[in-house]
Amino acid sequence: MGLEAKLNSDGFFVTKIESIINWARKNSVYPMPMGISCCAIEMMASADPKYDIARFGSEVMRFTPRQCDLMIVAGTVTYKMSHVVRKIYEQMPDPKWVIAMGACTSTGGMYRSYSVVQGIDQFLPVDVYVAGCPPRPDNLLNALMQIQDKIGKTRPKDFQNIKLPELNVIQNN
Amino acid sequence: MELKELIQQKLKEKFPETEFEFSEFRDELSVKLNKKNILAVCMFLKEDSDLEFVLCEDITAVDWASRKNRFTVAYHIFSIKNKFRLVVKADVDENDCNIDSVTSVWKTSNWQERECYDMYGIKFNHHPDMRRIYMPEEFEYYPLRKDFPLMGIPGSLPLPKK
Repeated sequence: MGLEAKLNSDGFFVTKIESIINWARKNSVYPMPMGISCCAIEMMASADPKYDIARFGSEVMRFTPRQCDLMIVAGTVTYKMSHVVRKIYEQMPDPKWVIAMGACTSTGGMYRSYSVVQGIDQFLPVDVYVAGCPPRPDNLLNALMQIQDKIGKTRPKDFQNIKLPELNVIQNN
Repeated sequence: MELKELIQQKLKEKFPETEFEFSEFRDELSVKLNKKNILAVCMFLKEDSDLEFVLCEDITAVDWASRKNRFTVAYHIFSIKNKFRLVVKADVDENDCNIDSVTSVWKTSNWQERECYDMYGIKFNHHPDMRRIYMPEEFEYYPLRKDFPLMGIPGSLPLPKK
């Protein structure tokens, strides 16, 4: 942004609140690693020093949904698991985004079968789909950059009509 | 005496009135019997000091779809002492879809029988916990039966609301 040069010459700069919020938000996306199967290995690889998701400010994988704003669903989602994924998604604070990572998550993949949900967009609002089985870590980083672009374009009015989700309590025996 | 012959001889001596059907495929011995005798025979195979089939590797079933006795339940058991594997089979009819549980012989068979029940709908009598193991409790079908469609029955598994 040329921030240093600007601050060194003038000592201040002028911008919109909206822009500075988006700028802060998109460079500190906290992912919720919803690692369900083998794609999770590639997701972990994207955090290692070779690919280094920290370059995009997203190295803070939070294992509690309450501190996250990006859910990376990495793996085969069965019908039984779908309720758990949705429950965790609903616990994340708004605004939030979803990456469907890999073929299984996006379309059911090779599991064309009675037990696997044929694409998580049947029960989650997905922002970016990542192709591959499993996708390479750079592919996931590309998805993250697309999410960052999307966050950079949001405006406060995009969030005005957000309704709180219905309390959907699932009984676990 | 070779172990295969020993098993056949011992079973015939111990259960004289029972009909056993022995067969061999690729050096593996299988024995087919009436489902009434499954518990007694399994107990004998495990307890006998020469055989000692102490490891129950798998319990599964075969769906023959149009055959009279629709299912065959197969027990794959292993003797660590003799390094020998045996398959015990018993036919089960669809109208009388149950067989005695062998949980009193091998404790591992608990989950294997639950899986078999979940996938084929064969009930195991006197099982301590006869519930589904993979599919949701309220699911009404048995997915590995031949008449179950590959993609399932639409609406039978609920999804969360969007």
